[in-house]
Amino acid sequence: MANYRDQGIVLRTYKLGETDRILHLLTQGRGKVRAVARGVRRPGSRFGGRLEAFSHVDLQLYEGRNLDTITQAELLAPHARIRTDYAASAAASLMAEVVDHVAQEGERDHAVFLLLRSGLQALDAEPADPAIFVDAFLLRLASAVGFHVFTDACAVCRTPGAHVFLSVKAGGALCADCAPTGTRAVDRPVIDAVALLARPGEWTVLPGLARDQPAARATAASYARSFAEHHLDRRFRAYDAVPRP
Amino acid sequence: MYEGAVQDLIDELGRLPGVGPKSAQRIAFHLLQIDGPDAQRLADAITRVKDTIRFCARCWNVSEAEECRICQDPRRDPAVLCVVEEPRDVLAIERTREYRGRYHVLGGAISPIDGVGPEELHIRELLARVGEEPVEELIIATNPNVEGEATASYLSRLLTHHDVRVTRLASGLPVGGDLDYADEVTLGRAFVGRRELGA
Ligand SMILES: [Zn+2]
Ligand SMILES: [Zn+2]
Repeated sequence: MANYRDQGIVLRTYKLGETDRILHLLTQGRGKVRAVARGVRRPGSRFGGRLEAFSHVDLQLYEGRNLDTITQAELLAPHARIRTDYAASAAASLMAEVVDHVAQEGERDHAVFLLLRSGLQALDAEPADPAIFVDAFLLRLASAVGFHVFTDACAVCRTPGAHVFLSVKAGGALCADCAPTGTRAVDRPVIDAVALLARPGEWTVLPGLARDQPAARATAASYARSFAEHHLDRRFRAYDAVPRP
Repeated sequence: MYEGAVQDLIDELGRLPGVGPKSAQRIAFHLLQIDGPDAQRLADAITRVKDTIRFCARCWNVSEAEECRICQDPRRDPAVLCVVEEPRDVLAIERTREYRGRYHVLGGAISPIDGVGPEELHIRELLARVGEEPVEELIIATNPNVEGEATASYLSRLLTHHDVRVTRLASGLPVGGDLDYADEVTLGRAFVGRRELGA
């Protein structure tokens, strides 16, 4: 069995036996990895607090038949402030749950890795309203795995324009010709809010959206949830735990 | 797979926490070999505990009566409540012989990723106690892991408008350990939780 080194973010942990834990990690090089950390629940364990959920760590592991085993862990970013704030912790749990669902073992996905890392960094900066980062994360993650939300062109015929019909199933904004009867028309600020949530890289502008456009944001947030749950084919359990304004 | 009764026993044992399929098999074959009366004592102990033990109506600790021994003990300070996740945490704290207050057992910790929210825990009952009993301090002694911290943060938020002091059990260096072996997270927490010396 081979030894290997990789960096990863702890998605979640399960207790195993008296003192061990099974960890689900998103690694940079190998996609999702399931690994055992022996003795980690014993006070004074050599891993200490490094392998808690949301930690970004540099790991040494050896391969097993079912589960790999962690032999060393160095901390790259603890994201410790997330864990001491209920709203941030619930938001991070949702991000981890979504990634745990979409990531595949042995399939490297750098876009998803970077997205999760930046999302956790945003939550670690003690935001007043962590929920807005969840809304953005859902649309950005869906996009990273192939379900991009259309906002500046019709999702069906690709005609550019400021369309106002909004559909979850069709994948975004629709022009009047493509919108099936009964499709909901929304105010343009809602489409703009969806576009801002989905735009890669921009985390710092999000609190401004939450502050300045509360109504559009609320509609865009529930759209983001429906969009992610429909296209990623799963109801996310942690979603309701995230406090909303 | 084994014959009916043996396999049933293995399956039941395998459901216990911390018992994997191999251990379940080992325990089952051990039970097959022990004497009849020894096996009967084990079976009786399980039945008796299920018949006589319930949860304390006040603090949700395990109890043989309506209220547990700690809640009934007049020497225990009713102004201090220590909030823990599980009854076995009560035992761990009792072993320190440092604590003279009472307890409140939540029955777990908030875990959004597992769908465990505040409603699943005895939090409503805790709020009722804070309203009805002469509680001055709540010591939150949930585990120092993600779920325990989330629960502590949730409770402190919830109780900000109540007239009660909320404290959190300190985290820090393991006693008897060397400082340079401590990980950054533990050492960082120890710094945050440092206290005044002397006087
Ligand atoms: Zn169209
Ligand atoms: Zn009691």
